[in-house]
Amino acid sequence: MKRFLLSLVVMAGISSATMAQSAQYEQTMAKNIGELDSTATFTPDALLQKAGLFERIGGAEKSQWQPYYYAAYCNVMSALMQKDKSKVDGLADQAEADLTKAEQLNGNASEIACIKSLIATARLTVDPMNRGEQYGMISAKALEEGKQLNAENPRVYLLQGQALLYTPEAFGGSKTGGKALLEVALQKYAAFKPAGKLDPNWGEGYAKQLLQQASK
Amino acid sequence: MSLFNRLLIIAVLLPAWLSAQVNISGKVTDGKKRPVAGANISIKDSYDGAVTKADGSFSFQVTPAGEQTLIATMAGYQPLEMKINTAESQQLDIVLKNAARELKVVTIAAGSFEASDEKKNTVLKPLDIVTTAGAGADIVNAIKTLPGTQQTNDREGLFVRGGTGYETQTVIDGMLVRNPFSSGVPDMPGRGRFSPFLFKGTTFSSGGYSAQYGQGLSSALILESTDLPARSSASAGVSVIGVNGGVETLSKDKRTSYGVEADYTNLAPYFNVVKPKQEVNLGPEIIGTSANFRRKTSKTGMLKFYGYANWSNMGFDYKSLEYPGSTESYQVRNHNIYTNMTYRENLGSGWKLYAGASFSTNTDKIKTDTLPKNPAETNIGVRSDLTQTKLMLTKGLGNFSALRVGAEYQYAVERSAFNQYNLNYVDNYAAGFAEADVYFTPAFAGRFGGRTEYSSVLGKLNFAPRASLAYKVGYNGQFTLAYGDYYQKPEPQYIRFDRGLDYMKATHYIASYQLLSNFYTFRTEVFYKQYKNLVKTVPDYNNNGDGFAKGIEVFWRDRKTVKNMDYWVSYSYLDTKRDYLNYPYRVQPDFAANHTASFVAKYFVTKIQTNFGLTYSFASGRPYYNPNQPVSKFMSDKTINYNSVGASVSYLTSIRKAFTIFVVQVSNVFNQQQVFGYRYSSDGLRRNEIVPNVPRFIFVGMFMNFGTDRRQDIINNL
Repeated sequence: MKRFLLSLVVMAGISSATMAQSAQYEQTMAKNIGELDSTATFTPDALLQKAGLFERIGGAEKSQWQPYYYAAYCNVMSALMQKDKSKVDGLADQAEADLTKAEQLNGNASEIACIKSLIATARLTVDPMNRGEQYGMISAKALEEGKQLNAENPRVYLLQGQALLYTPEAFGGSKTGGKALLEVALQKYAAFKPAGKLDPNWGEGYAKQLLQQASK
Repeated sequence: MSLFNRLLIIAVLLPAWLSAQVNISGKVTDGKKRPVAGANISIKDSYDGAVTKADGSFSFQVTPAGEQTLIATMAGYQPLEMKINTAESQQLDIVLKNAARELKVVTIAAGSFEASDEKKNTVLKPLDIVTTAGAGADIVNAIKTLPGTQQTNDREGLFVRGGTGYETQTVIDGMLVRNPFSSGVPDMPGRGRFSPFLFKGTTFSSGGYSAQYGQGLSSALILESTDLPARSSASAGVSVIGVNGGVETLSKDKRTSYGVEADYTNLAPYFNVVKPKQEVNLGPEIIGTSANFRRKTSKTGMLKFYGYANWSNMGFDYKSLEYPGSTESYQVRNHNIYTNMTYRENLGSGWKLYAGASFSTNTDKIKTDTLPKNPAETNIGVRSDLTQTKLMLTKGLGNFSALRVGAEYQYAVERSAFNQYNLNYVDNYAAGFAEADVYFTPAFAGRFGGRTEYSSVLGKLNFAPRASLAYKVGYNGQFTLAYGDYYQKPEPQYIRFDRGLDYMKATHYIASYQLLSNFYTFRTEVFYKQYKNLVKTVPDYNNNGDGFAKGIEVFWRDRKTVKNMDYWVSYSYLDTKRDYLNYPYRVQPDFAANHTASFVAKYFVTKIQTNFGLTYSFASGRPYYNPNQPVSKFMSDKTINYNSVGASVSYLTSIRKAFTIFVVQVSNVFNQQQVFGYRYSSDGLRRNEIVPNVPRFIFVGMFMNFGTDRRQDIINNL
């Protein structure tokens, strides 16, 4: 009896060590993805720390696309928040490299298209006058692609709405059009169920916030 | 404690015990001991690691597990792997080596200002050209704000580093443009024929350029046409001088596009309001049309066609200098066609093909008369036809090195008639070139090549060696040295009279330093240029002319210091003398100023979507010929300094779905007196100032561009 108990306990110990990897993956990812919503994390520098962590997780796990997806997300968000525009292209390059890896691991193509759109937007901000036409179009096309791949992806509508809101009216921007798209986004968020609990599910709070600002 | 209990404790605590942590810390620097921020440090196959801070330092906890692999990665650097012992804390010094990526590779660009792909050495993009105040949306006028160029606004062409306008060649997609400027009248030079929006890249080389290009002693203006448009669109414009419109269609499969454009310019209404110095007696009117076709023939193949046809009529009356009381009439009717077809394809295993063909014809009919005097009017007709083909093969060697070989053939027919006298000739011109870009290291490269040419009308062969070296210092800086021989046929008006002439020759020596980042450009260049075999017209036609040009140039552009403001400053010092045409000995020629400077600023006010532009150009006085001076003082008189301030306001908006720009441009805002030289009567008793025909020009216009494909509406919205 003692022996039996002993072996059981030992086995528990061993299995807790080997099981650790996948449990650790889920836990670490869940924790860090959760932290992306906190204001302490959502700064240009802290996002880069997170991007580095997601890249490390991706490197260790090898078969998961989500870490690279989030690494790209963190890098591009940091790029969009940079005050020093000379850093933007480098970060956009890094985000693109991460995203390519997520793509190669057959990540959710509609979500990846949304990040592609953000990368183009980030590059546009460096020199709007000269880059506006080219990257504006790439950004818009990526969202169209994202919509074709999954018309239920709320982030497509969020980003389209945001683009309309922030484009000057003189260049076809529209507050009412932007608001309408944000409302569509919120409906889609209400119905949206990510395929896995580590899959992208960000933006609902931001959409509400944008809508509030736009309605003022 | 029983053995069981002990084992129990060990077994249960095992993972935690293993988890006791040690500290790994250190600093990451690059090859030059500068900290690398943002590098990702990780233990292979684990989540442990950290991102380096601004000072390059990092620190993280790790579970001891004996020997482990540490990886350091950073975009733009070669990833580094090293074994570390995780049994105890570690303090590491990590040095990352630059990855030899294209962005960091040295570019061979002595003497040239590239304005192509936005990540590369951008100096002037199409919008930059259009928004340069005082340039009137003319490529060459905008380039005149760059160092090395002269403010020769009394004659056509780019006068570069002591060279004449004839010494600058214009090239579109690798094919020579024989008549890049519309025909002007005396003191009112023609504008460039081509719109800046046709080109995605403009490279202005003020010397030391590649063996691919020949027949330009001084400079090359290399224009690269745009690829497939992003969408189908239509455009329309209206201004105080005319109207224009066009359509461009992109096929459904997005592999083919075609477009047509037409414009009509008539200055007569403007000149009714603002009187020019000389009186209009013909036009001035210009009709221009163009057509283009582009097809992506494969993933890497591209076929392009561009065709342009243009008719212009203009003429002026001015008071006769020779015969006081009489009027001189000058009229020019021009007809020009330029076509250009090119094909590029990757042939596999590192080979690339370029093939081009072009045909152009240009006719000027000039009528001059002294009224109301006899004899009868003088009629001059000049027609030049040029057919050319070019083939080039490029073989990529290793990562960056490349070998280029190519050949060119041109068939030129030059006709001219002076009243009833004809002077025609035909030239068969063939050239071959070979050139290698050799990267000794990613930061140190050389370009070595040569070009050989034969012209049947001259009956002579030449060989022109070219070489340059480029060395990258730091992330953004580079030094370049360039040397080259350049040959050019004498102008047709001299070959017509003497087929025995030889090529003119220039040898360039250039040293430059430049610092390029996304937001700043600094560049300085010193050069020495030697001229030989320049054409002289006295005592008869010969090649005994010669000369030199030397100088220093500085350029600074800053797009960052002031938000939404972009400005550049250029300064050129030029010391040049030449003995050519009817000069008695070497003197500073009448087109060269010793000091030239430009300041260009553009300020965009986002709130009102308006761009404000200001350009100031200065040139010290230029020599002019005064027949009353003794031969020993030939060309010793100088004009007053040249000053010009241009201003522009452009308002960007959309009307319905059409992207619209309203433009107001004023050249020479303060109406400063500009004198380019003097013209004397043959007895030397009377003279006229050479001044701009229209000292101040006010341009008001509106340009629209709208998508014509309904499916594109969503994209138009962005």
